[in-house]
Amino acid sequence: MRYVLAVLVEDKPGVLVRVAGLFSRRGYNIESLAVGKTVEPMVSRMTIEVEADEKILEQIIKQLYKLINVLKVSNLTQEPSVDRELVLIKVSADVGNRAEIQQIVETFRAKIVDVALNSIIIEVTGNQEKIEAITMLLSQYTILEVVRTGKIAILRGSKTIK
Amino acid sequence: MKISGAQMVMEALKHENVDTIFGYPGGNVLNLYDMLYDTDIRHILSRHEQGAAHAADGYARATGKPGVVLATSGPGATNLVTGIAAAYMDSVPMVFITGQVAIPLIGTDAFQEVDITGITLPITKHNFLVKDVRELPTIIKQAFYLATTGRCGPVLIDIPKDVQQAVAEFRYPENVSIPGYNPTYNGHPGQISRGARAIARAKKPVIYAGGGVTNSGAYEELLQLAEQCGIPVTTTLMGLSAFPGNHPLALGMLGMHGTYWANMAVSNADMILAVGARFDERVTGDAKRFASKAKIVHIDIDPAEIGKNVQVDVPIVGDVKLVLTELLKKLGPSDTGPWLEKIAKWKEETPLSYSQDMNGEISPQFVIEKIYEKTQGKALIATEVGQHQMWTAQYYKFTRPRSLASSGGLGAMGYGFPASLGMQVGRPDELVFCIAGDGSFLMNSQELAMAVEYNIPVKVAIINNQCLGMVRQLQQFYCKGRYISVDLQQVPDFAKMAEAYGALGLRVEKPADVVPAIEEALAFSGPAVIDFRVMSNTNVFPMVPPNSQINKMIKGEQK
Ligand SMILES: Cc1ncc(C[n+]2csc(CCOP(=O)(O)OP(=O)(O)O)c2C)c(N)n1
Repeated sequence: MRYVLAVLVEDKPGVLVRVAGLFSRRGYNIESLAVGKTVEPMVSRMTIEVEADEKILEQIIKQLYKLINVLKVSNLTQEPSVDRELVLIKVSADVGNRAEIQQIVETFRAKIVDVALNSIIIEVTGNQEKIEAITMLLSQYTILEVVRTGKIAILRGSKTIK
Repeated sequence: MKISGAQMVMEALKHENVDTIFGYPGGNVLNLYDMLYDTDIRHILSRHEQGAAHAADGYARATGKPGVVLATSGPGATNLVTGIAAAYMDSVPMVFITGQVAIPLIGTDAFQEVDITGITLPITKHNFLVKDVRELPTIIKQAFYLATTGRCGPVLIDIPKDVQQAVAEFRYPENVSIPGYNPTYNGHPGQISRGARAIARAKKPVIYAGGGVTNSGAYEELLQLAEQCGIPVTTTLMGLSAFPGNHPLALGMLGMHGTYWANMAVSNADMILAVGARFDERVTGDAKRFASKAKIVHIDIDPAEIGKNVQVDVPIVGDVKLVLTELLKKLGPSDTGPWLEKIAKWKEETPLSYSQDMNGEISPQFVIEKIYEKTQGKALIATEVGQHQMWTAQYYKFTRPRSLASSGGLGAMGYGFPASLGMQVGRPDELVFCIAGDGSFLMNSQELAMAVEYNIPVKVAIINNQCLGMVRQLQQFYCKGRYISVDLQQVPDFAKMAEAYGALGLRVEKPADVVPAIEEALAFSGPAVIDFRVMSNTNVFPMVPPNSQINKMIKGEQK
């Protein structure tokens, strides 16, 4: 099953390598990883999506805690949370099909952020299902390139992870 | 007062009460050695950085104090890698200090530049690359704290040359605060009560003790618990010196080359109390069927060890010594008489055995048994890796805490000899033996120079079977006896080699000469090497085939 972890880490050089290295070394599967600063100075937050069973997940969390620079690991999978991913999709497009594509984009409340003679770039923000759905629809045209940020997630309500 | 980074290192070492370090100099530690010149810290020069690392590891295992190693950048640092990994796998408290090229040169493939923090990421508890001299005191403080607390392990500090030279105000911090590091020492009272109930209810209990007992200094507590409740104790290789091997409740080692009765006891137990042990695959065989009739209570300071390999019924995270102390308060005597009798029967049925024809070739086990008898189980022993290591585990009954250093987790040949030197340096008044194989000894035999230079009077017993015995055994069993690259006829004359270094060298070829040679080495005041020419085709039994249940042992040679 797929789990989403929020990992608070000290913002120090090498921390990302330590975390990523742990996953590869122990054979855990990272589906996505997104990292950025938090409001707390010197603290970064990683959102890590992993594919694992419950037992492995428990190990992943414990092993993460063994890293000295890891401050907190929260499992958001079962918690009410908002998750988003941002994707940029470059699609081959010309006058012939641009309008059609535009329609798909609007339906998904995505955005066209660049238009060129033979291509357009679409920006989509949303959860996994939305991204998969639009990607699926766009695949009837030629998708030239896709860039994804990886999932980020935050708890609903006033509860925070600190 | 402002001092240089190199001076800070020396000041910090003094604050940490480090009086001995092991190392090897080079260009990027020039400043460190220059400052070392002015201190009272004893520096022991190895002849290879790996030797320094293993020696400091042996020092740490024998004393409980952190082993400290100094090496230069590049090749100096990479030569440490096996030593660091060995310490990591066996949770040995160590601090490695390496030089690094100056910060502006980092990342330029400068002369003798390697990314040693990158290389050692998976084999250190933590490591630091010091980028600013002002951080140095805190980093060293943290390094020692991390190495010696919680689950111990090696920590590496990489110090660029310009950081060693830069000056700043020095104040050694009194306290450490590492927000992401808070080991749990006290076991959860509820879990301890549950554990106590499981122990009290057991009719067929077994204690399975590992290196964690040694690391937490819980020798007395373990002994008391075993005696108070009449529970037999089997140990891992790492735990051998954590429980007196000659005690009536001692079952010896379990697992792949464990005793028959220890493996039978574990496989038939209704309760296993795992203490500071990690259910390594050499211990469990097929982990799914390990101790399948038993409720498992697991005490460990590292939460990640709990449930990692084997499902546990009562986990207790905490320091072994503290948890055992609490358990003791809750436990009274229990009647395990019938169970102990049953184990005694297994032992009677299949004891450890070998034969020694006094007119024939020397049996390897015979040599180890004689060393045991001559030292009454009181020597400090370091082993190399291979058959001789397993025979040491089987035939040497360790009777004192911290009296064994063996590369259990990594299984690094070349570990034992330098480790024995470190043990002796740490405990100069003790008798120290290194039990080596002919293959392993050659991996770090250059440290004979260290032994002679510092007059470290270790007695090395080479169990010379003229082959890489353990691998030969595996090839016999699993490769249909198609022996390849295990023959070791081409080795130096070890006695002459020892003499060439300035140590005492002896060679023994007849069973009757085994004891006199041991006595001669013991009477000699300096380092001695005894080349015991033993039979070459002996196998280690019992033996659990890979991935099978540990009660399914091959007990001996098919006749
Ligand atoms: C550095 C290293 N290389 C290879 C091995 C694999 N290995 C395990 S035991 C062994 C043979 C050891 O031979 P020896 O030291 O003569 O001891 P014996 O088994 O004959 O007692 C080998 C090659 C190892 N453990 N360590």
